[in-house]
Amino acid sequence: MTVETAVGLAVLLPLIGAAVVSRLGKVPNVRELASLLTAGGLFALVVTTILPVVRDGGRPRIELMEVFPGVPLAFEVEPLGMLFGLVASGLWIVTTIYAIGYMRGHDEVHQTRFFVCFALAIFGAMGVAFAANLFTLFLFYEAITLSTYPLVTHAGTDEAKRAGRIYLGVLMGTSVAFLLLAVLWTYYLTGTTEFRPGGILAGKAEGGTLVVLVALYAFGTGKAALMPFHKWLPAAMVAPTPVSALLHAVAVVKAGVFTVMKVFVYVLGLDLLRTSDASRWLTWVAAFTILTASIIALRKDNLKARLAYSTISQLAYIVLAAAIATPDSVIGGSMHIAMHAFGKITLFFCAGAIMVGAHKTKVSEMHGLGRRMPFTFLAFLLGSLSVIGVPPFGGSWSKWYMALGAAEAEQKFMIAVLMVSSLLSIGYLMPVVGRAFFSAPKPDPEHAGDADHATGARGIREAPLLCVAPPVFTALGCIALFFWPEGLYDLLAGMVGS
Amino acid sequence: MHPDLPALQIVVPLLSAPVCVLLRRPRLAWAVAMAATWFAFGNSIVILRHVLATGPISYALGGFPVPYGIELSIDSLNALVLVIVTGISAIVLIGSPRSLEREVPTERHYLVYTAYLLCMTGLLGMTITGDAFNIFVFLEISSLSSYSLISMGRTRRAVTSAFQYLVMGTIGGTFILLGIGLLYMVTGTLNLADMSQRLAMTGANRTVLVSLAFIVAGTSIKLAVFPLHIWLPNAYTFAPAIVTAFLAATATKVAFYILARFVYGVYGVQLAFGELRLDAVLLPLALLAMFVASTVAIFQRDVKRMLAYSSVAQVGYMLLGMSLANVDGLTGGIVHLFNHALIKSGLFLVMAVVLLSVGSTRLDDMRGLGRKLPLTMAAFVLGGLGLIGVPGTAGFVSKWYLILGALEDGLWPVAVLTLLSSLLAVVYVWRVIEVAYFQERPADAPEPEPAPASLLVPAWALLGASVWFGVFTSYSAGVAREAAEMLLGGGR
Repeated sequence: MTVETAVGLAVLLPLIGAAVVSRLGKVPNVRELASLLTAGGLFALVVTTILPVVRDGGRPRIELMEVFPGVPLAFEVEPLGMLFGLVASGLWIVTTIYAIGYMRGHDEVHQTRFFVCFALAIFGAMGVAFAANLFTLFLFYEAITLSTYPLVTHAGTDEAKRAGRIYLGVLMGTSVAFLLLAVLWTYYLTGTTEFRPGGILAGKAEGGTLVVLVALYAFGTGKAALMPFHKWLPAAMVAPTPVSALLHAVAVVKAGVFTVMKVFVYVLGLDLLRTSDASRWLTWVAAFTILTASIIALRKDNLKARLAYSTISQLAYIVLAAAIATPDSVIGGSMHIAMHAFGKITLFFCAGAIMVGAHKTKVSEMHGLGRRMPFTFLAFLLGSLSVIGVPPFGGSWSKWYMALGAAEAEQKFMIAVLMVSSLLSIGYLMPVVGRAFFSAPKPDPEHAGDADHATGARGIREAPLLCVAPPVFTALGCIALFFWPEGLYDLLAGMVGS
Repeated sequence: MHPDLPALQIVVPLLSAPVCVLLRRPRLAWAVAMAATWFAFGNSIVILRHVLATGPISYALGGFPVPYGIELSIDSLNALVLVIVTGISAIVLIGSPRSLEREVPTERHYLVYTAYLLCMTGLLGMTITGDAFNIFVFLEISSLSSYSLISMGRTRRAVTSAFQYLVMGTIGGTFILLGIGLLYMVTGTLNLADMSQRLAMTGANRTVLVSLAFIVAGTSIKLAVFPLHIWLPNAYTFAPAIVTAFLAATATKVAFYILARFVYGVYGVQLAFGELRLDAVLLPLALLAMFVASTVAIFQRDVKRMLAYSSVAQVGYMLLGMSLANVDGLTGGIVHLFNHALIKSGLFLVMAVVLLSVGSTRLDDMRGLGRKLPLTMAAFVLGGLGLIGVPGTAGFVSKWYLILGALEDGLWPVAVLTLLSSLLAVVYVWRVIEVAYFQERPADAPEPEPAPASLLVPAWALLGASVWFGVFTSYSAGVAREAAEMLLGGGR
């Protein structure tokens, strides 16, 4: 199999998986096996055939058909897309394992629909990762929105319906009103929508036009959750926890920041952005989002909501890195896609495990839970430290490079923003762990006579294994990413040509 | 290609119509209508391929030489419209016996098929002819038969709707006739190509201006341009389900073609837009249609009616393409004619299934249908995504070209407004999706009947095609582009 075919197959495989899973609703065990096999097969395919070629500087490309003059439906893998493809396909496996444990442990309904939409979302994510031009990217970007809508509204309640409206309204509204306009404008100015190293807009747009384009791309990518278009992310918290993991780590928000990064590097072009200063204002918006979202996170008692605002803040790091537009900041921002994915997916897995194992959703209810669920909360601790960005966790590298990039661009204030927000993230993440391990369990008036709860404080009672093993695994991944980041760095260095 | 195929395009359906009357038996009449429409469909495909390969066809009817006799003249634009009209007619007709059972007494089915064939004949005639007066004659044939088709709806409001359409349609037809008469006065010919040449010599004068006004106003009524659309929602809502699916995809499309043919083919860009400033009228009306009709659609309680208002809005998109008067914009308008025909007739067929299954198309009666009729509602979702213009569907292709056209003219507010208006489609489509998928079916509601395959398969075929043409655009946007270049290149 040539590597070009492999690229096409990598996009198609989740779609095939979705089709197979949809036919297997009657036999849940086989259905779950099909999900796992597709996920594993996809990851193996990406790692064994595509990754070596891209690492050696190859850019495998496959063109399907020309949809508009000069605009084909085409895929081409470059370092940034490779990274996102790896993250999405790799974490899909872990998330599927977790989802099986969670959905069964929680007795959720419509599990077949759930796994089908899940695979479709990955289909969208792979398409976004490997898209060779803005049109293909936009197509799969919208596919992600539509395929995750049934996941967000999974419960079918009025609350889920409302959340679905906000989800669809913000994501579709921003993408149609801003992103599509930006894509068409770019096409009008340059006659192409291809991603090219160094960008395509140099010499074609300047001054005010460029500033407007930057704004349209940054705000049009609603999935990057830049304020004021962030409301959909907390709203989507009504979804089952594996969906939150999918939204926050695997496919959705990562597709958003990936799009921003990809557009800034391959369409707008770093040189153009730096010389024209067209994205200077965006650093302020990103900084505002980073700090504001962190402060809101401090005040949230619901654990998932707190994590959601933490995500908004962390995503803005990546937008900030893209807006600073130096090689190091861009590498750091891109690394952060992977680092944050591992950290945040750990945290969400833990939140779900706490919900399945102890039926607790609020931070204020977690007194002493750590003794009962030590593995879960240990994993939560490791994930938190990585998100905060302290060694020896992967998150420290990406922040290091982002800060380095900000220093190169002589944006001292932005370095300060990065530091302050790290402090804030200590403030909103550490109390969860601290309360769980160091404060005594409170007597629960509602369940006073419940034998389980009486003994709960002493014995270890974790969530089912399938819910606990994945966060432990991803937490260890955070550590591994600290000790072996060279592969990641070398891969991404190919993106900025250094 | 056999040289007489252009004539057979009209003659076969025209002669099949009386055969239906003679046969009377519903099954037989249906079989004749099927044979005639599918022949016409095949025929139009042959013609389109021929035109694309070797260029325009001119056919002298009855052997009388042009310009003394009537000329049938086919280029890439009307060859495409022929394919749309015949293709939709043929596909919609497949499920009609099953759908009509519920709405029209069996002994009158043959009349439906007769009127259906006559209406198609009229539409094909308007499209294929190169003679201005002939356009009027065929317009009347199609109009009269469409009034009778609409009046056969199951409620008595169908009759008043048909009457309302008759009044407005007749005014429209008269305006067109007046316009053609004035043009004849100025140019002394009825042949469209001749008219175009002579108009280029006379230039703009008051008679030409008035003739343009009459023709634009007249076709706008038939096209349901906002605010001349009032007949359309009633007609589409109360007509039998398959008639709506048929008319929605063909009648307004041919009216759009006639408008494009006169504005670009006869008057020419220079005269119509340069000197007479037609775009100053069409562009605001197009934008108004997109916003007002979409907003009205959001508040409808009946889904069929909602789709009808959506049609008025979609006409706005086509009109927008026409008023932009550059290659990309006009391509967008023409390709939207094609794409919207597929999407809307598919959606109206879905409503035919719903009507058969639960006996109503009211939004309230569609609660919980997502579980009961999964394939039917999935088809609705697919069509709805097409209306919104999600990438990967045909609707996106139209939007792409329209916005590109607006940007080329430097009309970026128009580009923004077009995008915003497509968000209104999200709202009205999602209202139905929420009701069908999130609300429980009321306990006292009767169990829906299973969806008949004879309607469901055509609906899926049309909506599937709308996805196909969202990616493979050479036969939709490719032909539309060729047509747009031809129209802008001056005359035919």
